[in-house]
Amino acid sequence: MTLREVKEILNAEVYVGDDQLGMEVKTAFGADLMSDVLAFAKAGSLLLTGLTNPQIVRTSDVLDIAAIIIVRGKRPLPETIRLAEELKIPILGTNYILFETAGRLYEKGIVGCVETVGKTSEPN
Amino acid sequence: MKKGSLVALKQSAKQANQTENIIYEKSFTVEGKTFKHAGKVSTQVKAILQNMNYPIDKVRRAAIVTYEAEINICSYAEKGTITLRLTPGKIIIDVTDKGQGIADINLAMKEGYSTATRRIWQMGFGAGMGLSNMKNYSDAFDISSEAGIGTNVKMVINV
Repeated sequence: MTLREVKEILNAEVYVGDDQLGMEVKTAFGADLMSDVLAFAKAGSLLLTGLTNPQIVRTSDVLDIAAIIIVRGKRPLPETIRLAEELKIPILGTNYILFETAGRLYEKGIVGCVETVGKTSEPN
Repeated sequence: MKKGSLVALKQSAKQANQTENIIYEKSFTVEGKTFKHAGKVSTQVKAILQNMNYPIDKVRRAAIVTYEAEINICSYAEKGTITLRLTPGKIIIDVTDKGQGIADINLAMKEGYSTATRRIWQMGFGAGMGLSNMKNYSDAFDISSEAGIGTNVKMVINV
């Protein structure tokens, strides 16, 4: 789906990247721990997070994350917005909690960029 | 390649062997104990490698390990230097910092072990994943440290 559809599903505000809403996204990763994002998230995914500091943008930049969705009604810090504008990484904000954000996107076809991490007892 | 950034090396065969024909080298200074510029060097390293048309997955891995190293300097060290060194078959990220160092490297390498403070957690780091991330994204990883002096991490990504 397009980032514009993501925006509509989440009733989201666009803080950065009004001109990039046409981009296609298929996968997402959600975490507040940037080291886990760095370990497990995949290029081209959405990053769902409750953090608002510039490191969400740096992390997204090194991983080629498509766009950032800030959850729980938090607003990006001014320096976060400045950096995202510089690096051309869209930031949207939604009032939904992380669980609801993920659920609503999943329901419409967005899937995790990975399903599981490490060893699982279930065969794939 | 930017003008002046190419390091021309005239050296003995022995040295050439040691340095494996460095075709590019650039060092960046990182301010310690502040997140003010955290990630800036990684963004620069990524841009340099992209401009040189390295494969995107190699660029990404180099950017990730640089970023984790940068975050460590910003979290724990007084100051540090990150050197990007390119040879025909390798991207080398060489990181040296001055600071508290690591007393027990084996312990520090364990996923989940951390000495982070609230200031670091607030940024989304400090969960004890950094060093293992650096190792996992590198083809070769070397770390040495002396408590109270500093740490050196050398990471190689084969291209």
